Amino acid sequence: MATLTHQESATAEQLVVTDGARKIFLTIIIAGVVILILGILASVMGWGAAEHGEAAGHAGVAAHGAAHEEGGPIWLKRLIISLWHSNLFFLGVSTVGTVFMAINYVAYSGWSVLLKRIAEALSAWVIPGGVIMLIVFLIGRHDIFHWTHEGIMDKGSPNYDAIIAGKSGFLNLPFYVIRMVSYLVIWGVFSWKLRQLSLQEDLHGGTYWFHKSITASALFLVLYAVTSSMSAWDWVMSVDTHWFSTMFGWYVFASWWVSGIAAIALTAIFLKQAGYLRALSSNHLHDLGKLMFGFSIFWTYVWFCQFMLIWYANLPEEAVYFNQRLGGFEGRYTFMFFFNIAINFVFPFLGLMTRDAKRQMIIMKIVAIAILCGHWSDFYLMLMPGTMKGENGFLIEIGVAAIFLGAFLILFTRRLASASLVPVNHPFLDESIHHTT
Amino acid sequence: MTKHFALGIFEDEDVLLHAVENVRAAGVKIHDVFSPYPVHGIDDALGIERSRLPIAAFFFGMTGLAFALWMQIYMLGFDWPMIIGGKPHIALPAFVPVAFELTVFFTCHGMAITFFTITGLYPRFKVPVMDVRATDDKFVMAIELDETSSQFPRLTQLLRENGASEVNQKEMTHN
Repeated sequence: MATLTHQESATAEQLVVTDGARKIFLTIIIAGVVILILGILASVMGWGAAEHGEAAGHAGVAAHGAAHEEGGPIWLKRLIISLWHSNLFFLGVSTVGTVFMAINYVAYSGWSVLLKRIAEALSAWVIPGGVIMLIVFLIGRHDIFHWTHEGIMDKGSPNYDAIIAGKSGFLNLPFYVIRMVSYLVIWGVFSWKLRQLSLQEDLHGGTYWFHKSITASALFLVLYAVTSSMSAWDWVMSVDTHWFSTMFGWYVFASWWVSGIAAIALTAIFLKQAGYLRALSSNHLHDLGKLMFGFSIFWTYVWFCQFMLIWYANLPEEAVYFNQRLGGFEGRYTFMFFFNIAINFVFPFLGLMTRDAKRQMIIMKIVAIAILCGHWSDFYLMLMPGTMKGENGFLIEIGVAAIFLGAFLILFTRRLASASLVPVNHPFLDESIHHTT
Repeated sequence: MTKHFALGIFEDEDVLLHAVENVRAAGVKIHDVFSPYPVHGIDDALGIERSRLPIAAFFFGMTGLAFALWMQIYMLGFDWPMIIGGKPHIALPAFVPVAFELTVFFTCHGMAITFFTITGLYPRFKVPVMDVRATDDKFVMAIELDETSSQFPRLTQLLRENGASEVNQKEMTHN
């Protein structure tokens, strides 16, 4: 096989995070803080308030009136929801690192070995993200989830809502927190476990760690299949408490999964362009491109299945979801709705269709960034109409996302730098180096 | 028309890949290589140009999409309009699944037919096979000879040196 490439074997490579890179991460965080402060100021000073106030008054489709029923300031509510939104996105992408690795272990796949350390490092955010998730829930649950309001499940209360009360067996505080902690613990423990096995393999070699990783991966995949779906109901779908969709677990998973693959591809390209991962070739990029292309279509498939069934049946309790997003609240989400399909389906579909496009770093980079931005706005579209109703905005949300991005990158690169970028003792390393497509 | 071929039989794909490179480096033009399964990297080693099949596939897909949309819009919008579920006659979201399926249908059938036609693998009574063992466990490299087959001894030596387990001569009658 040595005829196929000039690379005979790969040696350990150590990533050095330069001061320049650290400065960029800090700049992203500072820019995020500035945008956030600007956004809060804009909200407090009421720039563009005429439009806002009117929209809130007309929130006709919303089942429960305007967003500020709690009486707290709008900017605070927006801040809490955007914390939830961005953390949900980054936590999901982070977990996908472990899922990607687990699937490749279980499938005995060899091509992905060179990308394994990137996937491992993505999961550095699982623990911090999980902690932030819990804190945001405990502090800001009233702003995010309508079902946590006082008396909503209490028959005598003026807030009583029979439909939500009927869901109290599932949506009650103790059970919700137990579920939330279990998802986070499962994801955190398996991310940690697979990382440890991988590091042990680097030290000792042999196939013992590899087989142990497969066992752990298989167990994790079963648990993740359940927890990813259930976390989507809990964390995203229960925002629209009255509404339900049986496709929702898959829909959220598809969004996370394709973003995770885009993140892996993007990191691989940045590392390659910085002179690391010498054995990585356009063949690996080609396969990552196929996955990005294929799972963008998969996301669209799930999205469309959900949309078409609801559109066709046209039952009021289901159609309200798309009513809010298509023309509801004076049409303020309509642009986002179509933008979402364009950037998450049309663009990757046409952009990555040819073989040459998947093998070009620049095209892969552009599409991966578009997919990441697109799925962040997909989550925006899942959460905002149900929580902010007619009072959504962008400055605070983008500021919070930038802060998360900077913090995420710091932890991500720190873990990338903490071990060799090439898993030198992985039994399939040679296969990955000589991978051709 | 009868053509003469020298057939190098190989036992192993790695040996074959090396042999392909060396034989081409020696200035010999390889007619084709037959293997029981796809060998990674053989296209590059043989210097085969990229197939234009994907371009054909794209146009087959567009044909299928156009046909599906035309069919549904014409049938349900003009030829026999019906009210289904209170939706408009031309209800585009409802047409998407059929449009998707027909795009896939046209693409894969069109590609399969095109592929079999241009590679000569379409079904027929008398199948030209260089060496039947290429469908089992041997790799066969075919090199075209001229009328007199004068280069055969030289080729035999070259193929033997590059790991061929046997070298045969074969006459093929092409339509």
